[in-house]
Amino acid sequence: MRVVISFVLGLVFGIGLYVSGMTQPSKVLGFLDVFGDWDPSLAFVMAGAVAVGLVAFSFARRRGRTFLGDELRLPRITEIDAPLVVGSLIFGIGWGLSGICPGPGIVDVGFLDWRALVFVVSMAAGMVMERLIADTRGAKSLVSRDG
Amino acid sequence: MQIDWTHFTPWTSLAGGVMLGLAAAMLILLFGRTLGISGIVDGFLTARDREFCWRATFLLGLLAAPTALKLFSTPTPPNIDMSWMQLTIAGLLVGFGTRLGSGCTSGHGICGLSRLSPRSLVATLTFMSAGFVTVYVVRHLAS
Repeated sequence: MRVVISFVLGLVFGIGLYVSGMTQPSKVLGFLDVFGDWDPSLAFVMAGAVAVGLVAFSFARRRGRTFLGDELRLPRITEIDAPLVVGSLIFGIGWGLSGICPGPGIVDVGFLDWRALVFVVSMAAGMVMERLIADTRGAKSLVSRDG
Repeated sequence: MQIDWTHFTPWTSLAGGVMLGLAAAMLILLFGRTLGISGIVDGFLTARDREFCWRATFLLGLLAAPTALKLFSTPTPPNIDMSWMQLTIAGLLVGFGTRLGSGCTSGHGICGLSRLSPRSLVATLTFMSAGFVTVYVVRHLAS
């Protein structure tokens, strides 16, 4: 049951990314090009998503449990620390170089685009590298992560 | 700054955003999990726990989205006009950065802002600013 639901949610999310324009790198780069010909469309993606999300998250918090009876597992960490800022900086540079963030990269692989596959495989390698470094330094566990 | 009106698509982008919000809403209301793609991919790659199956099928859903779109329309495929070297470097940075920073555009940008997390606000402002500066350097300084 759960695996079917999450498949459908992945599908809806993937179609949403396509409809919003985020699977097209030129569209994303047009949004990031604030100093040139700026295409503000992606601000509307964020607005639409967060408008729905605000309602859902406040409702879920008040309810305390999910409709399937599970506990909510929200990130517990609240501290604004160096890894958060440095990691987001590094991510932003990669995003600006390519116009691709993780979700759209995977959807573009679904379009059977080999360049997207190069991106996603490199992304996976980057994640494993970060994990190896974090493990050797005995850092954070998975549950502390935001998303 | 000048607005690029020819490519501006406020309504479809808003509609797509609402779909992203709906998927995130269902995931928190049904599973109690935040929808963060980088976290789901990372968990899929490194964790062999009871979360593995839903993560795997979620990613399959993402991969299947273009096929589903082709059933009732003719979607425009992505036009990724970059060398494999540039893609490799960008991919490594995105993978490493999203894990060090604990989230990406979905986990911090959509879910984090939706739950009014100060951490996610800082992360979102940081990666957006880094994206703005990077595009500025690549398009207006380097060329």
